[in-house]
Amino acid sequence: MNLKLDQLDQIFVILNNWLLGYLPPVVRPLCSSILAIALILVTFALLFAITTVLERKGLGRIQNRFGPNRVGPCGFLQPIADGIKSLTKEDIVPNPADHVVHFLAPVLLVAAAFMAYAVLPIGRNMILVDMNAGVLYFFAIGSLMELAVFMAGWSSRSKYSLLGAMRAIAQMISYEVPLVLASIVVIMQSGSLSTVSIVNMQATYTGIWPHWFVFTPWGFAGFALFMIAATAESNRSPFDLPEGESEIIAGYYTEYSGFKFALFFLGEYIGMFATSAMAITLFLGGWSAPFSFLTWIPSYFWFFAKLLTIILTFIWVRGTLPRLRMDQLMNLAWEFMLPMTLLNLLTAGVWHFMPAGALRWLICGAMVVVPCILLSRGLKQRKKFQVRKYRFSE
Amino acid sequence: MVGKGIIKGMVETARNFLGSYVSKQRLTTIQYPEERAPQIEAARNFPFLVFDGTDAEQGLRCVACQICEKECPPKCIFIEKSKDKKPDATGKMQFYPATFNIDISVCMSCQICVEVCPFDSIKMDVVYDLSNNDRFAGLLLHKQQLAKSNEYYNTIHPTEAAAVDAHFAEERAKAAARVKAAAEAKLAAEAKAATDAKAKSETTLADTQAQPVGGGTR
Ligand code: SF4
Ligand code: SF4
Repeated sequence: MNLKLDQLDQIFVILNNWLLGYLPPVVRPLCSSILAIALILVTFALLFAITTVLERKGLGRIQNRFGPNRVGPCGFLQPIADGIKSLTKEDIVPNPADHVVHFLAPVLLVAAAFMAYAVLPIGRNMILVDMNAGVLYFFAIGSLMELAVFMAGWSSRSKYSLLGAMRAIAQMISYEVPLVLASIVVIMQSGSLSTVSIVNMQATYTGIWPHWFVFTPWGFAGFALFMIAATAESNRSPFDLPEGESEIIAGYYTEYSGFKFALFFLGEYIGMFATSAMAITLFLGGWSAPFSFLTWIPSYFWFFAKLLTIILTFIWVRGTLPRLRMDQLMNLAWEFMLPMTLLNLLTAGVWHFMPAGALRWLICGAMVVVPCILLSRGLKQRKKFQVRKYRFSE
Repeated sequence: MVGKGIIKGMVETARNFLGSYVSKQRLTTIQYPEERAPQIEAARNFPFLVFDGTDAEQGLRCVACQICEKECPPKCIFIEKSKDKKPDATGKMQFYPATFNIDISVCMSCQICVEVCPFDSIKMDVVYDLSNNDRFAGLLLHKQQLAKSNEYYNTIHPTEAAAVDAHFAEERAKAAARVKAAAEAKLAAEAKAATDAKAKSETTLADTQAQPVGGGTR
């Protein structure tokens, strides 16, 4: 029985090996990679399709509407209709635009988003490349998306695109800092940049409880900060400033239509899944089960369950919070997130060098909670509400 | 506390989310082709022609006076007057429209045609699902499509239609009275004529009888 479950857990690995057995040994590594890449592409594109329909239905329900309910059972075939629609639409490129760069931008965005999956462990032994600098690679690839955004905004030769790109890049670069700093605590604790060993370290249990990093004060703070930064990084509400319909239309992809427009959406969602998956890997124990007695359930199931939970939370947050203003966004990044992540580094250090026990919990917990409250208080007090003076209009 | 507002908002949206599955009253959406919102009485979009009775040709109230055609601001009405006449709503012999077209792709729903029609024959309709594959011919409504019964008019605009019906009843009564008066007058005239003729014939008779006398005298 146990053997069977193990086989179920490793079914993809076993299938892969079985298929490769028919090939000459020379091409095996290449074919193995191609197979895995194809599987990743299909799985996450499918997840994108499911997410769009879940998002539309969820937002609808939050706003007391039905959401899409016409195509297929309960509207679940809506993404197919959307795909066909965007494929058959005319692809308009503005005349003064730089055609080559204009074409390359969405391709690069999607490619960069997918490349991040190379180092994400989807299940036990299910990773494309176990790089010993996996986390570093992930953040390096993540910054490629900024380049794609910049290409899109610049090549369109439109003021809306340019302003949108400017906003998007300012936001993404600002939030890259807390994103990386928030994940450094995990690297400090695990002493490794490899995603596989980070997950392996968390996949152990005391009693029934797992050793996920989120169950420590610095881990919890790190996870919260990481998720806030990830929301901003993937341009999700409430940080979706790059697309203010009333001000700059759709931001940097204003001048895109047809399937290129859909590619931007795909890239954005794939990027969001990637950062969520990274958060799972770093803080939520990757593919490990939440309780020791649930380890018999296949590891990839746990990974996708966690990913879906995070996606649903993203949708929930999007349905709740209004969009921030640009200065609020920047203040949050530099005045709250950055000091908090730096303090969190200190907390992780203290945690590492103190003996285990209640005292460690108390001190580290205080080191997270007190600055958080003080910082937000301080930010609040600095705000003076008064009649605004305009320099030029009076 | 930090983030209290956010948590409050999240709870609120979660309540909305779950509530929309539990209570149907929360969902304000009307599933259009299957369900429709109840029509309010003042609704209007495009004009139609009213006919009385059951025959659309015979009962059509329009007398092809072409006032609406002249008054329509975007000029989307086209009327051709008939050669012959037929009785109108009050029984008077009138022309009728041989052709009556309204291009509803041009019509701006201003209701001016309704205001100016002296015969209460053109009224505003409420149908709104008029989408069509052919945006030219498909939206040019002919007399057959425009003609709708007075009962239909009564169902879509009851108050207005009742007033119109009352007015028509009065008119018909007046017309009937007029006809009756005319008939009486005719009868009286006939009787008078008969008596006159009688008297005349008598006088002529007398004349003729008297003639020879005069002639004789001549
Ligand atoms: S509603 Fe106005 S535009 Fe339409 S047919 Fe009548 S007068 Fe013309
Ligand atoms: S609808 Fe009225 S105004 Fe227009 S031609 Fe007929 S009777 Fe005259």
